[in-house]
Amino acid sequence: MTAPSPGSGTGSAAAATQDWWGTEEASVRYGDKLALDHVTFRAVPGRVSAVVGGDGAGRTTLLRCLAGALAVTSGRVRLPPSLRIGYLSAGSGTYPDLTVDENLAFRATAYQLPAAVARERSAGLLERAGLSGARDRLAGRLSGGMRQKLGVIASMLHQPDLLVLDEPTTGVDPVSRADLWWLIAQAAANGAAVVFATSYLDEAERAVSVLALDDGRALASGTPEEIIAAMPGTLRVSDARPEGEARRRAWRRGGRWRIWDPPGQPGQPGEPQEPGRPVAPDLQDAVTVAILARELAGAEAESVELEGGGSR
Amino acid sequence: MTETLAQCVGVSRRFGNFTAVDGVDLQLGRGEVVGLLGANGAGKTTLIRMLLGLLATSGGQVLLFGEPPSRRTRQRIGYVPQTLGLYDDLTPAENLAFSEAVFGAQSGEGGRQVMASALPESLRPYRRTVVGSLPLGVQRSAAFAQALAHQPDLLILDEPTSGVDPLARARLWETVAIAAAAGTGVLVTTHYMDEAGECDRLMVMADGRVVAGGTAGQIIGDARVSVVETGSWAAAFAALEAAGLPATLVGRTLRVPGADPADVRRALGAVEASVTAAPATLEERFFELTLTSSRTRESA
Repeated sequence: MTAPSPGSGTGSAAAATQDWWGTEEASVRYGDKLALDHVTFRAVPGRVSAVVGGDGAGRTTLLRCLAGALAVTSGRVRLPPSLRIGYLSAGSGTYPDLTVDENLAFRATAYQLPAAVARERSAGLLERAGLSGARDRLAGRLSGGMRQKLGVIASMLHQPDLLVLDEPTTGVDPVSRADLWWLIAQAAANGAAVVFATSYLDEAERAVSVLALDDGRALASGTPEEIIAAMPGTLRVSDARPEGEARRRAWRRGGRWRIWDPPGQPGQPGEPQEPGRPVAPDLQDAVTVAILARELAGAEAESVELEGGGSR
Repeated sequence: MTETLAQCVGVSRRFGNFTAVDGVDLQLGRGEVVGLLGANGAGKTTLIRMLLGLLATSGGQVLLFGEPPSRRTRQRIGYVPQTLGLYDDLTPAENLAFSEAVFGAQSGEGGRQVMASALPESLRPYRRTVVGSLPLGVQRSAAFAQALAHQPDLLILDEPTSGVDPLARARLWETVAIAAAAGTGVLVTTHYMDEAGECDRLMVMADGRVVAGGTAGQIIGDARVSVVETGSWAAAFAALEAAGLPATLVGRTLRVPGADPADVRRALGAVEASVTAAPATLEERFFELTLTSSRTRESA
């Protein structure tokens, strides 16, 4: 295990022996809706993991389970004691009517952190994140990027064993995002298992492991390299949008068209050459293929159902 | 030379002592997609508001279709704000009908029927659902459809793809490409460098000024970063930080923008690591440009 040892003196010695935090086959049901469907996810101390997926994919539900804020309907969670978890919920996580300093002092009290330790850590992190000049400002008056930085600092101040960040960088400009990434790396360097949710794959590619969710289910998981290697079929890139059936398997990226050929797709020897040239997929391609494959399978099931209904 | 749709010549805007936009030149032609990159406060939104005619300039000149911004030029622009500008309590079709009535577009004899059929295929299943109950990706498609309904000559998009999955994002860019192919000029802001490839040309703004322009390759130029591969990244991270060389973490590798490998090696001290140079990414180059601009401004 190459993970650095957790920060000293915060009572995490026992937790440091734990090799992962996370869920096993966890499901969460809201009424009729299965928001999370048998999801297994592991966050490792000293590592950054990403949970990706669009709106409604189940990211927030999974992160709330990891934060201990939501009980699973079935399956298992393995979490540190609640005082050893840090959590930034999506779009909030700070108190708008408190100043930056008051927000951090309040969090420190909630996490039973000695005031002197809290002051020292706060000062260092605020300075590094470019928030030193804003300590007396109300959190509600900060820009989006500044507020997110404050939220991340507040959630990592007690040097948790598990740090759960729900979309810390959404809508944040690249400069503030770099500061946020520094804070995330700092938390991992202190020994935390860091989990962050994002809708951007280029950001997820920076994580050691990635879980892609869609409609509450795991689409793909592993290191970025493993996810890429596990992509079924092959990929082509073309300047023009393909015609015919392949149109449904094509999407736009970087001003060109990516075309996915599932395993067993034409391309037989001797057949006319399909347009485009082969391209090696990256994480974004692999996850897009997973979403597309699920969508195409869904459309096929629907049309079979419709045909069945018509013949009756 | 293609027709110039939007032109800024030395455009500035001051708010009291603060200069939000400082001598910006911009030219946007028919069918062109120009990406506007910049940190918060770089002046992108102020520039857009001047193009929309919502804000007067303090200096320089804005011309739209060869004339100063007015209610008439506004009719030829489609605009998707960050907040999407849709009414949550109306369906996509009702939003569209309302917008067409406001823009005074000719709706044909069938009235609402015609407008509803103008909804893109992908939105038909959601025709009867109010916008507030739709997934974000669908809301964004609806906002695009609305901005394009009056066949604008110029389309302005403010962070159009924030928060949607990669396939939904690809489809939004497809809509942009179709409009551009039909001759619409597009000005789009984004925080995501991955989307720069969808643009014909980029403009990087920092502190109100344009600090770089061209394709991603032209902007990156020969900028390089130092790449640190090590078994103990946390120790390397701390050593670099202490030496004033902030590193970014990618997997278990550290990247140090704008730093010479020899300096990085020295800063690492006793930490075992291999240090190599690699071409910078657009995001890393962008970061360097923004930082240089703020330092220049501070020392001025």
